[in-house]
Amino acid sequence: MNATPTLNIHDLTKRYGELTAVDHISFAIDTGKIIGLLGPNGAGKSTTINMILGLLEPTEGTIEVFGKDLGKHRSKIARQINFAAVYAHVPLNLTIRQNLTVFAMIYGVSEVKNRVEDLLVEYDLERFADSKAGLLSSGELSRLSLAKAVINRPKLLLLDEPTASLDPSVAQSVREKILAYVRSSGAAVLWTSHNMREIEAVCDSVMFLSHGRILLSGDPRKLAAEYGKNDLDELFIAVAREPLSLGE
Amino acid sequence: MALSRIYAVFLRQVYLIRGNPTRLASVFLWLLIDVIQWGFVRKYLISFGEETFSFVTVILGAIIFFEFAARIQQGVMTSFLEDVWSQNFINYFASPLTLSEYLSGLVLTSIATGLLGFGAMVLLAGLAFGYDVLRIGLLTIPFMGILFLFGAAMGIFVSGVIFRFGPTAEWLGWPIPFLLSVFVGVYYPIATLPEFFQFIARLIPASYVFESMRALLAGNADSSLLWTNLISGAALAIAYLFGGYFFFIQIYRRNLRTGAISRFSAESI
Repeated sequence: MNATPTLNIHDLTKRYGELTAVDHISFAIDTGKIIGLLGPNGAGKSTTINMILGLLEPTEGTIEVFGKDLGKHRSKIARQINFAAVYAHVPLNLTIRQNLTVFAMIYGVSEVKNRVEDLLVEYDLERFADSKAGLLSSGELSRLSLAKAVINRPKLLLLDEPTASLDPSVAQSVREKILAYVRSSGAAVLWTSHNMREIEAVCDSVMFLSHGRILLSGDPRKLAAEYGKNDLDELFIAVAREPLSLGE
Repeated sequence: MALSRIYAVFLRQVYLIRGNPTRLASVFLWLLIDVIQWGFVRKYLISFGEETFSFVTVILGAIIFFEFAARIQQGVMTSFLEDVWSQNFINYFASPLTLSEYLSGLVLTSIATGLLGFGAMVLLAGLAFGYDVLRIGLLTIPFMGILFLFGAAMGIFVSGVIFRFGPTAEWLGWPIPFLLSVFVGVYYPIATLPEFFQFIARLIPASYVFESMRALLAGNADSSLLWTNLISGAALAIAYLFGGYFFFIQIYRRNLRTGAISRFSAESI
């Protein structure tokens, strides 16, 4: 049995001068688990994800993926990671098929053409395959981002608000596709969202960040009660407004 | 380095050009205007006699070769700008793509567009004005090699400057060929320049190409001068290419520390 977690973060810190955006956080994600990273705007969620993606250099701490140090093996590790983020869409001036082809090649996917065609079908994008991404609706663009995010069949998937700005129906469809991928691949997922019902539905465990620190963590279906709140929404508001009352 | 990833960066640029052919204007338009303008100047000055003919002939040839170097520089820069404009850095730099693969992809794009533009200029100069750009024979190859390396070095350097100072620094990249043309002897021998400018000219690889070309076309080039110029120009161009790459890496590392990669835009930098 392999006990090495897919992602292992130890004492991760990011400072910008006097400002500490992420403050000595540690956590691990095991294979097949979905972990929610929650917190108000500016809590340090995207900063954490950017450090795991190798887009931002930590000030202190280590990030290990599959037991290997990210700083030393970035290119090799990056072949098994992918992401979708609300602020990072694929180039809008390429067609859907062109985008998927380019990213399949960049991620070293074998049989590029077949993989692209499979994803077009799986993510219901065939009809727009030769349309520029800039012409898609938010929902279609989210499906494209997700298709790109799984193009290399990643073992670690980072999702930064993957359903933000989507209507409930499209958001549910996107969630189902992510869950289907996780079930079939056994990938580990780090998922940020401001939709607490979504988090309850998909996450095995959650962490609440406040001012760059992990303030609370646990089972999303039990955590609210543990802190005397009715639901996760109420707990979220308490974290955002009165973090000191929760232990900060 | 993985060739498939370099090809992917190149392929993205091919898709962009295919998707909107107005991008080809930057490859052909200015070059063709230059050739047409100087072709007519040459035609007019031929009427003043043989001496003037040689003078203008050198200039027309030099302009065509200089434009090749300028297209390489601007080819790298505009390919880089395409990623700036479409905010594609997160996708690229969070992927297995390495910096050397990314820059190689940009340079490969510039080779394709630079050679297309050069081919168009050679054809137009030959068909419209009966001018044989390749009259210097096989030396065309090392001359173009030096100009290519130098153009690529400048393109990577300018991309690094934009990466450091943000998209608004784009304007710094466009006038570089005009600035260099003052020093490199496209329009006049370097000996015409004041001493300090001559010193600057000796630091620019393209100067050695145009001085050699002028000597060749005037029929007074000896082989030792040509070899010295070729070696000096090539050595400088290679040094600048490594310098440009090193500079870009330093900017990338800085942006990794500051977080500029994930929020690279005119509004944030």
